[in-house]
Order: sequence, then C-alpha cells, then structure tokens
Amino acid sequence: MDLNTIEAVVPTADPADFRDGDAWLAGGTVLFSYGSYAFGPRPLRRLLDLSRAGWPAVTVHDDGLELAATCTIAELYALPGSPAVTGRGWPGLELIRPCCDSFVASFKIWNVSTVGGNICTSLPAGPMTSLCAGLDAVATVIGAGGATRTVPVAELVTGDGTNALAPGELLRSVRIPASALASRVAFRRLSLSNLGRSGVLLIGRLDPRDGLALTVTASTKRPVRLSFPADSPPDAERLAAAVGQSIPAELYHDDQHGLPAWRRDMTGRLAEEIRAELLGERRPDGSVAVSGDFWDGAGRGHAVSAQPSTQRPGASRGAADPSQRKEA
Amino acid sequence: MAIEINGTPAAGEPRPGQCLRTFVREQGNFGVKKGCDAGDCGACTVHVDGTPVHSCLFPAVRADGTAVTTIEGLGAATDNGDGLHPVQEQFLAEQGFQCGFCTAGMMMTASALDEEQKANLPRSLKGNLCRCTGYRSIADAVGAEPHGAADEAAESVRDGCPGRLGDDVPAPAGNAVVTGAARYTLDVPPEELPGLLHLKVLRSAHARARIRSIDASAALAIPGVVAVLTHEDAPAQLFSTAQHEIHTDDPDDTRVLDDVVRFAGQRVAAVVAESVAAAEAGARAVVVDYELLEPVLTPGDALRPGAPAIHGDKDAEASRIARPERNVVAEVHSELGDVDAGLAAADVIHEKTYRTQRVQHVALETHAAIAWLEPASGAGPDGGDRLVVRSSTQVPFLAKRTLARIFGLSEERVRVLTGRVGGGFGGKQEVLTEDLVALAALKLGRPVQLELTRTEQFAATTTRHPFEIRLKAGASRDGSLTALQLDVTTDAGAYGNHSPGVMFHGCGESLAVYNCANKRVDAQAVYTNTVPSGAFRGYGLSQMIFAIESAVDELAAGIGMDPLEFRARNMVRPGDDMLSTQPEPEEDVRYGSYGLDQCISLVRDALGRGAERLRAAGLDDLGPEWVAGTGTALSMIDTVPPRGHYSHTRLRLRPDGGYDAAVGTAEFGNGTTTVHAQLAATALGTAASRVAVRQSDTDLVDHDTGAFGSTGTVVAGQATLLAAQELARRIRAAAAAVNGAAEEDCVLEADAVVCAGTRRLPLAEVYDAAARLGVDLAAEGRWGGTPRSVAFNVHGFRVAVNTGTGELRILQSVQAADAGVVVNPRQCRGQIEGGIAQALGAALYEEVRIDDAGRVTTDILRQYHVPSFADVPRSEVCFADTNDELGPLGAKSMSESPFNPVAPALANAIRNATGVRFGELPIARDRIYLGLKEKAAAEAHGNAATEPARAGQPSR
Repeated sequence: MDLNTIEAVVPTADPADFRDGDAWLAGGTVLFSYGSYAFGPRPLRRLLDLSRAGWPAVTVHDDGLELAATCTIAELYALPGSPAVTGRGWPGLELIRPCCDSFVASFKIWNVSTVGGNICTSLPAGPMTSLCAGLDAVATVIGAGGATRTVPVAELVTGDGTNALAPGELLRSVRIPASALASRVAFRRLSLSNLGRSGVLLIGRLDPRDGLALTVTASTKRPVRLSFPADSPPDAERLAAAVGQSIPAELYHDDQHGLPAWRRDMTGRLAEEIRAELLGERRPDGSVAVSGDFWDGAGRGHAVSAQPSTQRPGASRGAADPSQRKEA
Repeated sequence: MAIEINGTPAAGEPRPGQCLRTFVREQGNFGVKKGCDAGDCGACTVHVDGTPVHSCLFPAVRADGTAVTTIEGLGAATDNGDGLHPVQEQFLAEQGFQCGFCTAGMMMTASALDEEQKANLPRSLKGNLCRCTGYRSIADAVGAEPHGAADEAAESVRDGCPGRLGDDVPAPAGNAVVTGAARYTLDVPPEELPGLLHLKVLRSAHARARIRSIDASAALAIPGVVAVLTHEDAPAQLFSTAQHEIHTDDPDDTRVLDDVVRFAGQRVAAVVAESVAAAEAGARAVVVDYELLEPVLTPGDALRPGAPAIHGDKDAEASRIARPERNVVAEVHSELGDVDAGLAAADVIHEKTYRTQRVQHVALETHAAIAWLEPASGAGPDGGDRLVVRSSTQVPFLAKRTLARIFGLSEERVRVLTGRVGGGFGGKQEVLTEDLVALAALKLGRPVQLELTRTEQFAATTTRHPFEIRLKAGASRDGSLTALQLDVTTDAGAYGNHSPGVMFHGCGESLAVYNCANKRVDAQAVYTNTVPSGAFRGYGLSQMIFAIESAVDELAAGIGMDPLEFRARNMVRPGDDMLSTQPEPEEDVRYGSYGLDQCISLVRDALGRGAERLRAAGLDDLGPEWVAGTGTALSMIDTVPPRGHYSHTRLRLRPDGGYDAAVGTAEFGNGTTTVHAQLAATALGTAASRVAVRQSDTDLVDHDTGAFGSTGTVVAGQATLLAAQELARRIRAAAAAVNGAAEEDCVLEADAVVCAGTRRLPLAEVYDAAARLGVDLAAEGRWGGTPRSVAFNVHGFRVAVNTGTGELRILQSVQAADAGVVVNPRQCRGQIEGGIAQALGAALYEEVRIDDAGRVTTDILRQYHVPSFADVPRSEVCFADTNDELGPLGAKSMSESPFNPVAPALANAIRNATGVRFGELPIARDRIYLGLKEKAAAEAHGNAATEPARAGQPSR
C-alpha cells in the first residue's frame, strides 16, 4: 500500500543516518504490507533504502555461508543448485528450499522479500528465522557508531514480533557455519491449511561431534533450541521430557494459525519424528514417519507438496475425474 | 526518473512512499487491481523487467530504470493476430473467471510460470486468491486441459445460432476482463471527474462510547483537507444499511454518522481532502472526546437482565426493533404439532449445541463509491442538481431509494449505477459507502470518492451472522424423524441490518425440507457491540443447515440407517406441505419442479464410483494413522426471496438488426448477463452474441430489486424472457405486414424474419419498415418474483483424517444440483464450484475473530485464510434433470444454494471417519486433532458413550 507519510527515500546503509521515524527498507514487503502507521506510535517519515548498498547476496566461504540481509528469498532458493556450493558436502543446504516454501507468500514475493527482512520482522513463523536458527547462524549487526556486534539468530528473535535489535541498528548479514551445513538435517512442518502459514516448524541436525540439535519455531513465540551430546543420543522418552522442560506452556504461540495445545502436541510429535529419522530408527516397514509437507519419506530431498493437488486430475490422488453430466 | 510502462515512458514521478500499484493506475493502467493492498491476494501482479511481483508491495521509486508490464501490455509481446497473450486466450477459452477482479493478476502470474511451476499449480498460484471460481476453471485455463466430452457436446452449434438455452455461452465481458479493459467501480479516468476529492473515515477504536465532542481544527489545518464531516453534519434520518424491496423489513437503527458508537470500527468522522494522503493525515488529526461505556460483546451477555441496551434510545415501533430494551432485534417462537410427544416417541434423541462463526465475504473488490452532482435536465419538480453515485453494489435501485430517503431527495434526483462489480456474496446488499460520499458531494458540490481498505472490510463492514443453535431431535427405529426442536440465537452485531430476514430465512427451508410432524423454533437475533452481521450467501440457511444436517446424520447413525436413506425417507416430496414455523405453507411457494430425489441418487452413485476408483488405484489405504469416511448433506432453497422481488427489462431491435437489452440486475461474476442474452436469444431465435446487454443503472429501467436472493436468472431473467417473447411477436407482426404474410407464418432467425418459408427479410429492413410506419420495435418485460419454486443441492464428501495431526484430506467432493433447465451449464457449474470453495473456507479455515475489547483482530488476509488454489479439491458437479414450470424456460436459481450443504457434509464425513461430531465451525486441523484426543481420553476413562454409536455404514 502507499506509505503516504513517507517524505523521502534515502539510499544509505549507514546506521549513523538513522533518525526517529526512519525504517530500513530492504525488500519492502513488510513495510508496504502493514503501512507506515504500523511500526510505532508515530508514522514513518523516511525509508533508508538498502538496495544500493551493493552487498553480495551470498558469499561462499570454506568455513560457511554468508547471506547478506538483502539476499532475496529467490536468490536463496537458487543457491542449492548453484556451482558455488556443489561438491562441498553440505547436507544442511537441503533445508533451504523447504524453508523458502514455508513462506505463506508465493514465489512472486520471494523476488523482492529478503532474508534479513524476514528475520527482523521476527514473527514466530518466519521461515528464515527457522532456517538460520536451525543452522546455528550468527547475525552481524551494525550499530549507530559503525561498530558491529554478533548475535545468534536464535537469540536475535525474542518473541512474537520482537527482537534484540536496538532502534536504528542494522542487520548486515547472517553467517551459517560450515560445521552446521556439514551435518545431517531433518525438517518437519505443519500448517492448518495446505501450503499455508507454518503452525509448527522443527529443524533437526545431527553432527558426529556436537550431537543432536533440535530447533523449534512457529509453534513457539521465539526459537527454542534443544541439544543432546553426541555420546548420549536421546530416546523417545528423554526427548519428550526435554521438549516439555524446554518449552513452558506460555511460550507456545496462540493465534489463528494454531491452538497452543495442538502446537504443543505437534511439537512433540515432530521432534520425535526428527529424532527417529536422524538416529536411523525405522518403523517396522522400514520407513520413517513424516508428517506435513516439504519433506519426503526418505528424509531427503524436497517434496514440494506432500499434499495431493486435487485440482488437476492427473496430479490428484484419488480425486474424481471431473464430470458434468445430465441424467437422461 | 525513468519508468517504462508497457513500452511507454511514464509521465510524472512516483511519490517517495508510493507503491507501484497506485503509480501504474495513476498512469491509466486500471487493469491493475487492489484486492488487499498487502501482498496477499495477487490481484495487482505486474512484471518488473519480466519478473512477476505484487505491485502493492513494490516501492514505486525502485521501478526507476525498469520496464513494467501490466495486463494492458501483456498481449503486446505476442504477435498472434488477436493481440492476446496465449494465457489470455486460454482464460477466455476456458472462461477462467467470474467477477474478473482477480483475473489480471492471475494471468500475469500464469504467464510467468515455467513448465515446472505449471506442473505444480497449488504452489505456483497460492499467491493469487480467487473468491468466485473455486479455481477449477483457472486450473483448466492455466493447464489448458483438453475439454471433456460434455463440454464439446454443449458447445456444438445448433441451428447456426450458438448461445441459446443450454449452451456454454462465454461471458460477453470476457474480452474486456482478460485484457484488463473492464471498468470496475474506481476505474474512472481522472479527466471524467475533474476536481475529485477523496474521503477517509475516522473509525472508533472503542466498542461502545458516547461522543462528547469532536475537534477537527487540527485536521482542517492540514494542507489539502477540505472538510471534516461529523454527526453534526449528518441527517437525523434513521435507516438500515441493509437493502430490501420493502425497507421496513429491516430496523431503522443507523445514522450516516452517529454520536453514539456501538462497535469498534464504526464511523466517527469523514475527512474529505484533495488527496488520499491528506485525507488520511486529516483523519489522524481529528480529536475525539469519548465517554467510554462498557461494551456487551456476546449475545449471552446482551440478553442478561440489566445488560445495557445498545439501541435503548430507539422506539421499538418506529424503528421496528422487537425489544430494544433487551437487545432483541427480532424473534420468532413457534410450534407445529407436539414436540414433547415427538421426542417421547423417539427411539434415538440427538441433543447438541451447534455454533457457526463470523465469516467475511472477501469479495476481491472492496466496497467503494464515487458521488458527484450533475445538472438535472428536467429531472423533477424540485429542480437543482442530481446526485449520481457509482458504487460497487448488488442493489443500485434500492441504494437509490435509500439515498433519497436519507437525504430527503425525490427519487428522480438520485441516480445510482455500477461498473463491473468485483464480487458480492451478499456483502454488497448494503449501503456502506454510498451515503458518505453522497453526504460529502452534496455538501461540497464536488465529486468525492471513498475506497475501503481490506482492513476496513474486515473491521467495519458486515459478516455472516454467528448462530448458536441448541438442537434436540428424535427419530424412531423405523426411520421417521419424530421431532425437531431448535433454540436459535443469532448475533446481529451492533446494527440490525438483515438480522430479521436472516433469522427467518435461516429457520425456513432448512426445516421445511423435512416432513416432521413436530417442529419447535425459538429464535432471536440479538444486538451486541460488535461488527454488524449482514447478508451472506445462503442468508441464514448455511448456519441452520449445518446444525440440522449434522443432527440428521447423528439420528441416522443412532438408528443404524444409511444417512441418505434416512434423508430420503423424511424429505419432502411433491405434494407435501413445506412447513417450518407456520402451520400453513407459504402460499406462493410451489413445487415448480422437484429433483431432490435425483440429487440424492446422483451423489450416492458418485460416491460409489469414487470408492471404486480409489480401490482400483490402490489409494483406499493412506497408512496406519489415516482414517477415512464419507458424509452427505442436502439443502433446499426457495428460488426467490419472499414478499416481492421485481425486475424490469427493456428490449429493442436496433437499426442494424441486433438487439439491445437494458436490465436492472447487477453483474458481479454471477453470470446473469450471459443468461439474459441467452434467454432473449432463445425467444428471439437469434444468437446470444447478437443481444447486447446493458445493466445496473437506475436510468436504464424503471426498477430492479437487485442481484440478491439468487434472483438474477429467475426474476430478472424472467423479465427479459417476457420482453423477448413480446418483442418477437411484434417483429413477426411487422414482418408479416411488410410481406403481406400471415403472422403465424413468419419465423425469426438469427438476423432475419422468414415468412411463409421462403421470403427472407433481414431484421435491419424490418426495423426500417417499422420505423417508416412509426412503429418502435421494442418491448418491456416485468416480473414480480412470485410464485416461487424450490431448488435443491446435495453434497457428498469422502475424506481422510490423520489422527496424529488432525490433517484433513478431501478425497472426493461431489455436488448434485437441481437447477431446473440449466441455461448455461458451464456457468452454472462455475457457480456451484465457487460456492463449494467458499463454503470450504467457512467450514475449515475462516473466522473473523474479536478480542476482549470488541476489536476485530483478523483484519488482513494473512490472518484470515480464504481458500487458495492448494486448498480446493476438484469437485464433480451433476445436474438433476428437471424442468421448472415457474422459472424462465424451466430454469431455477443456483447461486447461493451450492454453499449450503457443504459444511455439514464435511462434518458428517469427518464424523464418519473419526467418530467425533464437530458442532462448531471452522473445523480446523488443530480442532480436529484436539477433538480426537479428547475422545481418546474419554474412552480411556470408560465414558465414551456421550455420542450415539456409529451403527450405520456410510452410503456407498
């Protein structure tokens, strides 16, 4: 929508330029969606435009990935197929596409929406928060004096729409360590509607050195991390107890995208599915349990839609052939 | 700044905070629509350097140096003769639209899809919402599915005149819709409205308050602000925003601007300014001193003794409010037979409270209106200017009456017209914008425009009435329904618009469809300090049918009978009195035709075939945690609302031998324009394409009650048919006179009259000959909407439920409809598919939520999930073979009613699959899971017998 209170769009990436009434403009999909009255008691006056900062969207280092805050979701989605990362032995990259697909917004929004913008919006269901928290990403934040600080993304998001950024601070980038990318990963997600807003999103990581790490997002107001040392992997019971202890009832998010009681039980369920998948425990028939969408039964690859599409007869699972007939 | 739009450099520069959507519209590209202005609906999709984006989220300044393509430029890149992009051709060929408001964005998205994306439309199109079609025709357009045999047969040309009764005639506006040229309410070039002002509404944040004072001085000091209008400027006349043929059907309880606030979101002041930005700033600067009062947010609280009377200042008789001192808008209490005796005679009794939620229409075009004054050319005795209002309305003629009444004008001094209307669903059977722009235009003498935001739609327009239905019903083991007792409370919200009608209608056909000697109804509509409820597709029936059809399913289970068999035993058949709350049937409702029995059979057979298909495909077992089941529900609807629904059509032969039809009813995707052309073409022996239909302008015809109550075909169409039949007689007579033939020997053909089998007189010559004799070959038709018939729908679902997560999959969806003779099968199928999709939203996802202070919290589309492409299954649609004696050429209405049986059929299927009865909508996945968990816990405690055992097997 029009932000009619905006008096100027200033191309800058320097926090020293930030004044009261300013907002950082990355993709703009949040600012222009909620409007200039939605971000504080007073309307926004200026947009500080990051699009000319010239930050490379993705930089691949031997010790990990650096995603600029202005990296678009479309650029991120393309990354797993790019030569820059092929052959690096980073199974963690398999999380990228399911996380992108966890946006309720379609691919068109991805063309402008950014990684940093999603993290800074700090919604419980923010898929970039899920991805980055799940892969131990660390954010680099620039302050007003130009000083930078780092903070784990899992700690940057502190609640439903709240984060640890001070006014005017600028998220510059997130770094995903190679160690996290090198681990085996698993992903689970549930939504109340097909391809809809995440109600529960869990990411698991198994590393021979660090052990099993679980990151809970969407169902909780902020990311919750659980980790279990490599030498004592949890069984189902221990995992359930740990989930129960780590997430008090009031930390479960309560909005129209899922009742807290459902989110709690689904968090436990998905956590157990991930535990079993990563620890190699199979069901009697040899399969792994996969609830929800965007993850295939083998725990590998990217099932774009586990939900059967019933709109096209050829793609439908059990849906009827269209018939339109008149009984004689 | 250099922005190129469709190959042409844009004039002017965008404002700093402007989004690309409004910028390209300012440059004249009206095909770019606003559905949400927040990135959710996709109606504003454009390409920036070839990349599809939502232009409402795209900072216009960032388009500097880019080439922007809008729907107006999409066809330019392709050189195939017709100037249309292949996607546009496909949408036209498949008629992948109804109201057309989402269509440009849909096509801009579809045209950018690669093959991989096309193979996964649920994912690729989830960013484009359509509220009308249910996505099937869109899938066919994007996927360019080959036509089925039925389609091909229907499209065969008969008699060289395609487009008569029973043909799949495409919508006349199709080309305009797919090219973005169709003009909706606000698609008016600025040069046509010089001096246009913009109005923004300051709305109350409080659910109940008295306004002590309003200080507009700061607002008036803002540059560009022209006026601030408050209750002091508003007429004292009370009215209802609801629009009916008889205005006394609704309580007079509303003012244009009031000094009492009754819901959060109510209008407090209107700020009129030279720009939207100035009006917004002005609205922020108005200072209101409220005396805050404790709100009453639920019917239960409102009915409590001593509760504040929300309209306690009104006179019951003058305002037609049943009991204003007790917050009761309307009530009905009735008993047919002896319900207590009927319950005593029952072998099985089902007793449960059912609840339905607030649901929003979410027509893609928000409410909007423009008012201006035009010089009255001999317009009436009182002289002066004439008020003209262009509005997004289903009821232009009723809006005209209401405006005349509010502002004390003669009806001749008011004209209301529409452009193409971007969806209605009942939400536009109200006056919610027209009165404000009229007030401002009358006061300021300049054109004034008001466009509601999507958030205003949610927070401050109308919703479906929430119903609480305490139901008790009994059945005997022989399969008889012995008693039906209903205690109904509906939540009117803050104003009584439509509340009496919705309550009465809801308690009408839902009960009348069953023969049951003992029926008791106690119903009341209750004021609360919440967003007003209003007309919504189904008009009370969907809520009541949810409860009754759920109960019928439980009773069938209780006596161990197939639910469809139980329905078939108890449903009315021709000759049976249709009774609900009165001992005598409605005197003008008849069985003009009857196809309910066929609908039951069609659904039963289709479900049987579906089961067979699943088995054959090895898909009948989804895995250990999945349970499956089937469910059905039926519904009946009177084909016309009661107490008069009037239409008037003028039809004339043009000098070129074509026909002009002027009709009153509005086109908002319901397809009635096509139906009018087809009915006229059939009577005139010509092709639908030779009948040009103009509509929805109070200057065109005398009167039209409006496009609601599913009347576009059966009332307005009947008027057109009568006009066409009369005109055909006159043309034959004229030709006979010219030819010296007998009138009965003259036959109308597409463009000529053939007399005595040989002499062929082109219609243009007939026109000339008649003109020389001073004969005007024109005719009028009128219809008053009575007597009325009944139409039927039966829905069947096969579902699977994941007991571990609550996930619901619809494996099969089938609806059988008794629409009489189907004038346009493709279009009628589209109405049914759209009704199913909208009903799935209400059944599974949608809920307007209100917080403890009475404020709507689900005020953007991300918080209010309407079904996306990914959510809607492809439904089978079957038609009963009937021919109505009352409807035009045997047709019956079919626009609201497909909605009505869907939610209970789904609830019944879920019950069949899981054993759990869900009595509250929406039945979302989280609630399914928790319901199953609760049942398991109860069973673990050994007291599982709270619900009747599922003795009967589902229908096959």
